[in-house]
Amino acid sequence: MDDILILALLLIDATIRVATPLVLAAFAGLYCERAGVVDIGLEGKMLAGAFFAAAVAYSTGSPWLGLLAAIAASVTLALVHGFACITHHGNQVVSGMAINILVAGLAPTLAYAWFKQGGQTPLLPGEARLPQIRLPGVEALSPIPVIGPIYRELIDDTNVLIWLTLLVVIVTHWVLTRSRFGLRLRAVGESPAAVDTAGLSVTKLRYQAVILTGVLTGMAGAYLSTAHGAGFVRDMTAGKGYLALAALIFGKWRPWPTLFACLLFAFTDAVQVRLQGVPLPIVGVIPVQFIQMLPYVLTVLLLAGFVGKAIAPKASGIPYVKER
Amino acid sequence: MAQGMASKGFGMPGEVPGWVNYALLPLLNLLVALILSGLVILVIGENPVDVLSLMLVEAVGYPEAIGYTLYYATSYIFTGLAVAIAFHCGLFNIGGEGQAYLGGLGAGLVGLAMTGWPWPVVAVAAILVSALFGAAWAWIPGWLQAKRGSHIVITTIMFNFIAASIMTYLLVDVLIKPGQQSPETREFDPGTWLPSMERALGWVGVTIPASPLNLSFLWALACCALFQLFLWRTRWGYEIRTVGQNERAAVYAGISPSRNIILAMLISGALAGFVGVNEILGVQHRILLNFTGGVGFVGIAVALMGRNHPVGIILAALLFGMLAQGGGQVSFEYPNVNRELVMVIQGLVILFAGALENLFKPQVESLFRRRGSRGEGRS
Repeated sequence: MDDILILALLLIDATIRVATPLVLAAFAGLYCERAGVVDIGLEGKMLAGAFFAAAVAYSTGSPWLGLLAAIAASVTLALVHGFACITHHGNQVVSGMAINILVAGLAPTLAYAWFKQGGQTPLLPGEARLPQIRLPGVEALSPIPVIGPIYRELIDDTNVLIWLTLLVVIVTHWVLTRSRFGLRLRAVGESPAAVDTAGLSVTKLRYQAVILTGVLTGMAGAYLSTAHGAGFVRDMTAGKGYLALAALIFGKWRPWPTLFACLLFAFTDAVQVRLQGVPLPIVGVIPVQFIQMLPYVLTVLLLAGFVGKAIAPKASGIPYVKER
Repeated sequence: MAQGMASKGFGMPGEVPGWVNYALLPLLNLLVALILSGLVILVIGENPVDVLSLMLVEAVGYPEAIGYTLYYATSYIFTGLAVAIAFHCGLFNIGGEGQAYLGGLGAGLVGLAMTGWPWPVVAVAAILVSALFGAAWAWIPGWLQAKRGSHIVITTIMFNFIAASIMTYLLVDVLIKPGQQSPETREFDPGTWLPSMERALGWVGVTIPASPLNLSFLWALACCALFQLFLWRTRWGYEIRTVGQNERAAVYAGISPSRNIILAMLISGALAGFVGVNEILGVQHRILLNFTGGVGFVGIAVALMGRNHPVGIILAALLFGMLAQGGGQVSFEYPNVNRELVMVIQGLVILFAGALENLFKPQVESLFRRRGSRGEGRS
């Protein structure tokens, strides 16, 4: 009984750790897509964040400066995206892809030139990584069945960014449904002309959304290289930006379902690690690749309307031209 | 493009010559991208002029290099055409990567199965089967877009990942050569290989140095001609362009948008699939992991820079071929430069030639308008 509980807790723990960067990136996408700016460049921004977090944390020894550098790098890229898509009405998909390719080249190029370790940063010492938060009372609660192990395995010794992510989810929900800014943001994604008529600047709102996207993708990147890992390695994001995009669509561009989608995708990942080579009843051994592609297949099925229906913000992907 | 056309000076604005849009603006954007690439090279501690000029020499400076450049360009022409045909139908096919991967599977299965057949038969079969596989992989997103309204950008991205998973599974568990560690198939019988350009030209008495350039380059050029004929000289091409220009108008003209969306995606997938003929049957002679290496994404840049026209696509494919070949070679010469520098330049070129294509448009166009209005003073 206890073994099963511990196994389940370890699985949930792994799920949360894998889900954190997904949640941050998906919520990053949530802000700009709800404002009508499509961003397939989440992957690139995250990778830039991961590199600069690790590079600065290694050089200065401070993970917090690393986090700031990651956010600065991602916001810069987000502003490039905004400059192309909002100011110059460029193609949003092309811009996002350009950023992905640019960073996929730039991060290892800089790492190679600065650290001379074949495109990665040196391993970070413990104090240059974002800290885990130790909570009091682990020993005292330990003897209590169920609650004790849950507290010990899940809640204690959790990275500070995971707590921050939880905060991001709650605040995002509040912002989008209750705050003036959030309502305007959603309006600008559905009907920018109406927002313009109301005397608000579409450009300004969209830039604000894009900056928020940059902040969150920077955090996601910093999590990968300075909290989950201990340094930047080549192609560190490995498609997580696209997976976050899938989660965002799977969550129908709404905060709580998006969180659920991220957890679901992360759970399949955690399970896949445990299922490798283990025969299951009836179906036998499932090849890892089939579990890996599950999130993408599910997203396609959802988009096709076979499981529910995902409706994108009406104005997403369309540049707003004032004179029209 | 519906740009705000502020009239300058008195009377009507002057005409903007066509070459401004087709040549001057892309070159200007390219220049900015190269200047920024130079800055990146400066940051990593090398001399940008030296690196970029060495890149040029390594790309076109001697016959062998030209062979390599053309070999890269071959794949880029295929994916560029693939993206362009979808663009003409108003679709954004970002799934060239997955379609090319599957096309390679098709070409590879032909290579594995047709041991003992003469190479021309194998080549024709590989062209057909790779087209079939690529088209099939593009058909699903096309069908979903046409019939269920699922956004093609997202579905094709997802299909790239699904293709990668399927190919990994097939190579690791099914097609792998027994008793081998790396996930690859066995090598095809040399008799089935698509002849390299060196061998083919040898038959007519011309000697060129060995390079991966093979006969699929000619097929790529043929595809460009067929593309142009199909799009501008046939009813189907006309219908595809009509749907791309205005779907509602197409419906009134009795043209079915969904039929043409699916048709355009089928052709697009088939064109992307031909990458497999070049890479698998022409060069690698076995199926291996990740042989596509981003050709599908470069294809988008190629189509954008080439303005979706075959001639432009050939030129843009040559440019990106030069980047791929020259950039790869430079990394051997300079200690601070590695292969990824190519991706930096690619990314910047896509950013400025694609997403920021309108960056200089208002200034440049108003310059020509002002000159026009001053010069002739048309009523």
